[in-house]
Amino acid sequence: MTAIAANPNIQMPPAVDAHLVIDGLTLYYGQREAVARTDLAIPRKQVTAIIGPSGCGKSTLLRSLNRMHETVPGGRAEGRVLLDGTNIYDPAIDPIYVRRRIGMVFQQPNPLRARTIAENVSIGLELDGIGKREKEAAVERALKRAALWDEVVDRLDQPGVALSGGQQQRLCLARALAVEPELILMDEPASALDPIATLRIEELIRELMNDITIIIVTHNMQQAARVSDYTMFMNLNDRGSGGVVEAGPTQIMFTAPKSKQTEDYITGRFG
Amino acid sequence: MEQRFVGRRYRRRVLVNRLMLILTVLATIISLVPLVLIIVYVAEQGIGSLSIDFLTHTFRPISFGNASTGGGVLHAIVGTVIIVGFSLLLAAPIGIMAGIYLSEYPGNSASTAIRFCVDVLSAMPSIVGGVTAYVLIVQRVKSFSGFAGSIALVVLMVPIITRTTEEILRLVPQSSREAAIALGAPKWRTTLTIVLPMALSGIATGVLLAFARAAGETAPLLVTVLGNNNLTYDLFGPMQALPLLAYRYTEQPYQVLNQQAWGAAFLLVVIVLGINILVRIFTRTRSPR
Repeated sequence: MTAIAANPNIQMPPAVDAHLVIDGLTLYYGQREAVARTDLAIPRKQVTAIIGPSGCGKSTLLRSLNRMHETVPGGRAEGRVLLDGTNIYDPAIDPIYVRRRIGMVFQQPNPLRARTIAENVSIGLELDGIGKREKEAAVERALKRAALWDEVVDRLDQPGVALSGGQQQRLCLARALAVEPELILMDEPASALDPIATLRIEELIRELMNDITIIIVTHNMQQAARVSDYTMFMNLNDRGSGGVVEAGPTQIMFTAPKSKQTEDYITGRFG
Repeated sequence: MEQRFVGRRYRRRVLVNRLMLILTVLATIISLVPLVLIIVYVAEQGIGSLSIDFLTHTFRPISFGNASTGGGVLHAIVGTVIIVGFSLLLAAPIGIMAGIYLSEYPGNSASTAIRFCVDVLSAMPSIVGGVTAYVLIVQRVKSFSGFAGSIALVVLMVPIITRTTEEILRLVPQSSREAAIALGAPKWRTTLTIVLPMALSGIATGVLLAFARAAGETAPLLVTVLGNNNLTYDLFGPMQALPLLAYRYTEQPYQVLNQQAWGAAFLLVVIVLGINILVRIFTRTRSPR
């Protein structure tokens, strides 16, 4: 893991205790390098935020962590990502297995149309062929963890799309939680929501980190400061591909950034 | 400001706008004229033939001095239902599965090649399918048959079903697919449990349209099904079909049969139009998205 120490501006906890280790990962769209070689460790049961200007590869990097990047035409990854020491890009590893351990919440709430609230939550369990009674219990558990249970308990059989935007996003979170992932990736989960709904999502993130590792991409620097323990700042390099400029404990990143680029971005001078 | 809005240029723009609007409305009306003419004329000529007897009897031989009505077209209705029904049975699964492939695996060279072939196939004159079926089936087994006609129609229906299925599946939002994939669903499972149910009514539309198209085809049946004056349920012998009957009866020297040809044509128009209207209602109440 010597590479991790290579960039002096990356001050993440040691890779030994890390939940996820990004090891020499380079991401491409076709021949174009989208995210330059990245070496970084993501600490366990902490919230790590990825910030940076539009188009710097935040979402691409996030999506590569549960192998969603390769589902986009031309999407391709080189290097390794170690989940508890296992390389998820190992040819012997089925991406399906990776995605069951690493859940995802998208920018736009995407509840499944023509499916009820309960079905939306249990869809991930159906894939495993879980029994009916067990499913009901799991749906309740997941909705409670997503702080949505009280609002939907008497209309579980109504369509998921009938909920408000904020509720839909919590429904999607419940859907991801139902399969009991150990890590959840969030791609700007609150950018389509109003301030109150955003606040609820942020509260949830702080609660969930008690037993889940969370990585969140956000445009909103205040949000990163509020919810995250660690922050990664990404920016475009001179070759036009994205890369991690600086990473470390959120408090330090926002008060005493090492890099001039980080400082400029955080103080609002660009981006 | 006022001056700018009512200036000469503005007035010219309004004028051109009106002129264009009139032209497009006119063009629309002109393009609708043939449709209205055909429907009105066919109805005028054919509606007189329609009767319970027309729908429930088969052909009755005519001789001079005989005041026979020529019977009915039941044998042709049954023939059309069996021939087109059977080809639907073959074409629907092939077309739907090909459509799924084109929509869910769009990038590779195989799907590009298939899409091109499907387009060529859909532009092919229908008689070519008929002749092919004639050479490959009728000549081999030395017998005209409803089956050979069905195969000729399958060639016609598959591209229609394939392309509508593909288009409809493309309308299913990518975010729904991602939701399932991110939960660790394999691709086949995502397609089967998430994508297909959302597109079901649209796929049904494509199948119905293909049915309507095939039901009205004459050319491929001419050289394969041949025609039959008797009621038969045997798919492997010569059969009768509505468009075929209409064509054959126009060649006959008997006024009664000429009249029946109009009746059969009208019946076809009603069936095809009915299916199309049904499809409209179907898709309006249950939109694919």
